[in-house]
Amino acid sequence: MAAPIDSASDVVASKTSMPSLKSLSAVSPLTLRIIAECPVTKARACDLKLPHSLVNTPVFMPVGTQGTLKGITSDQLEDLGCKICLGNTYHLGMRPGPALIEKANGLHGFMNWKRNLLTDSGGFQMVSLVELSEVTEEGVKFKSPYDGNEILLTPEKSIEIQTASVRLDDVVSSTVTGPRVEEAMHRSIRWLDRCIGANQNPEKQNLFAIIQGGLSADLRKTCLDEMTKRDVPGFAIGGLSGGEEKDDFWRMVTLSTEHLPRHKPRYLMGVGYAVDLVVCVALGCDMFDCVFPTRTARFGSALVPWGSLQVKQKQYAKDFQPIDPDCKCPTCKRHSRAYLHALFKNDTAAMHHITIHNISYQLTLMLSARQSIIDGRFPDFVKNFMRKMFPSSDQYPSWAVDALASVNITLDQH
Amino acid sequence: MKLELSRVVQGGYRLGVLREIGRASTSSLEVPGCLLYTRCGTVPHLTQDTLHTLSPLPSVTQLTLSTVAEHQEVLEEYKDGFKKFAGLHDTVLYCSLHDPLTPRPAGHVTNKTVSVWGSGGRIELTVGRFMALQKALRPDLYQSMADGETWQGDATSRKRLRKSVDRTLAHLDECLLIHQQTAELQGAEVLGVVEGGDSLEERLRSARETAKRPVGGFCLDGFQTGSMDGPLRTQLISAVAVELPEDKPRLLQGVGRPDEVVACVEAGVDLFESFFPFQVTERGCALTFDLDLSLDPERAGITPSTPVLELELGEELDETWQPERGRDAELEDGAETMTPFEMDLKDTKYRGDFRPLVEGCGCYCCTNHQRAYLHHLLVTNELLAGVLLMLHNTAQYTAFFRALRAALANDQLELFKTRVLRIKRVV
Ligand SMILES: [Zn+2]
Ligand SMILES: [Zn+2]
Repeated sequence: MAAPIDSASDVVASKTSMPSLKSLSAVSPLTLRIIAECPVTKARACDLKLPHSLVNTPVFMPVGTQGTLKGITSDQLEDLGCKICLGNTYHLGMRPGPALIEKANGLHGFMNWKRNLLTDSGGFQMVSLVELSEVTEEGVKFKSPYDGNEILLTPEKSIEIQTASVRLDDVVSSTVTGPRVEEAMHRSIRWLDRCIGANQNPEKQNLFAIIQGGLSADLRKTCLDEMTKRDVPGFAIGGLSGGEEKDDFWRMVTLSTEHLPRHKPRYLMGVGYAVDLVVCVALGCDMFDCVFPTRTARFGSALVPWGSLQVKQKQYAKDFQPIDPDCKCPTCKRHSRAYLHALFKNDTAAMHHITIHNISYQLTLMLSARQSIIDGRFPDFVKNFMRKMFPSSDQYPSWAVDALASVNITLDQH
Repeated sequence: MKLELSRVVQGGYRLGVLREIGRASTSSLEVPGCLLYTRCGTVPHLTQDTLHTLSPLPSVTQLTLSTVAEHQEVLEEYKDGFKKFAGLHDTVLYCSLHDPLTPRPAGHVTNKTVSVWGSGGRIELTVGRFMALQKALRPDLYQSMADGETWQGDATSRKRLRKSVDRTLAHLDECLLIHQQTAELQGAEVLGVVEGGDSLEERLRSARETAKRPVGGFCLDGFQTGSMDGPLRTQLISAVAVELPEDKPRLLQGVGRPDEVVACVEAGVDLFESFFPFQVTERGCALTFDLDLSLDPERAGITPSTPVLELELGEELDETWQPERGRDAELEDGAETMTPFEMDLKDTKYRGDFRPLVEGCGCYCCTNHQRAYLHHLLVTNELLAGVLLMLHNTAQYTAFFRALRAALANDQLELFKTRVLRIKRVV
């Protein structure tokens, strides 16, 4: 499985064959420099050198499904300090289609995003649109929900669309068990090799291998062993965050980071709740993406250190403070909860205000985690974070307590 | 507030600057010009950051009472006025009664009340409540309460028109009385409302009587697009204008189409609301004015003045290219109809069109994005489409007024009109 990071606009017509695989990461535009490692947990702060700019990890990557980030302009996203965001092969392969994107100088040109882009494999959509898809050895067959036409997305095609890419993978929902999971994993490995073969632009495009294996430790281990044999620039942990038990989730994450090479970035796909982010940073993940912060914003839900604030609720009609008085985002600097509450009845800009705040919240959370790792106080950061998030220690989710205990953090009682 | 006119054509247009507007008295607005349309203090789709990529912006922001009346209690508790409440820092605030784009069912006006429609439905306002709202909002300028229902029916009776003029004058007197006694409104200006429907006699009476009151300017109500045909509108406005003092501004409500704007400017109107760019945005269209930039002294010589239309007809783009369809849009009074000054970006011919919406437009959208991207955002129903189109359309609309003023200053109004008309003729 693979996920590409960045800019495949120029395609050089030469086939990369299996024997040359070793050289893939050597010419890769991605380099990872480990800045600091937490002496207590598995957390690490790294600098990821990508073609369009340096990315500081841990990092949250906002998701732009249709080549746009939910009403936010690319300048606004840049101003929030976002250095990398996600595109999406499946949606863009359907509309506007790969040929057009190529004409527009790639996805970067099409959406006018000058920084890094990571495109995912379409795997997630196979989970959510499983009725529409038929998986064969050749690739994934979709019926376009727009016009009903059948589209075959092959590993090679997915590489074409992807700019920084995660490769096409056969994902089954993490709640599915049995032979289908094993089959998916093996197919993913074969498809990875096809993707590597099709990636004619390794010096510009980074292909991440996606670790699958559902919730089976054995399968995941097999997948890890196979994938780590291939010298790809980075690894994505996939097949999780599909509604599985959190107890299973964190164990699969920590198993994955345990076996992934230290000097390669680790991208945990589809994870974006604040608690999950902090715990998984502690478990050794570097990169995250999730539609949640932007999706929830459109319903008026603002993310705050104590959870979330539903701006549309009546209690905020006369609340003249900003969403989060400590937040430095453009929304909190200018607008009150009361104004946003009123605006929600009138205009979509209300959603944009919350989207900006939520992206800022996610980016700031990861920046603070990073700084604490560098300063050698990450365990305290985690404890403080959890104390603010949960009014009393009885409310700590047990999976988070267990996961953190596994990396030597014992949460405070309060 | 002072209106300095540099040029007045008897019975025709006025060119000048409205100075010392607002309590701070530091803002000015060139006329003929437009206000900045908002809902609840926000230009539709735009955050302050995106809005301020546009410059210059109209210095007066329009707030409609209908979008804030339901928040009266909140604003009264807030105490610092609407500008601060909405995070509007550097603007003059004008408050009008109705949102020009919100339908107003007829039959809800009484001798003592008018109704506005907000997100929560109808709110009935007495002068007392209306003024309590103004006190809480603390605008720099506001429209007096008025009975503007006369344009609703097919054949409004003379009796009804007379009543509307009488009521509106009575409301004005009451508003002015409370205004003078309200400390929070000191320094603010009241605009009197001229009613009278399609009756010349009532229009003249309304104008004369209103002009006798201590108002800062005039709102011309009941001339909305769709309420009467163009020639009648301009004829009535011209007649009303004669009755109004020359040194006070005249704001026309409910008219935004560029061709109608020009006709009304010629009849003596100074100010317009700017809901039109929002209407265009909502139908997925982009304004494509063919403004000869040599008419605009600020941008003369910077951009080639090739008409947009010629460019489009001259180049074959891809297999989906089709003859321009938007240009032959009928000139109708219906506000929802696409006008000849727009391109419909949902059209598949823009799918692979990598040009900016309008060559030479300096807005954020045109400097950063291409038609193909806008087309994609529209067909996928992405929110960014509204943001980018609103930026572009607002930029185009304000540029249209700038070019119009320049044409008036240079005695080129006829040329300007031909230019606007040429777009229609090329079909
Ligand atoms: Zn904020
Ligand atoms: Zn533009």
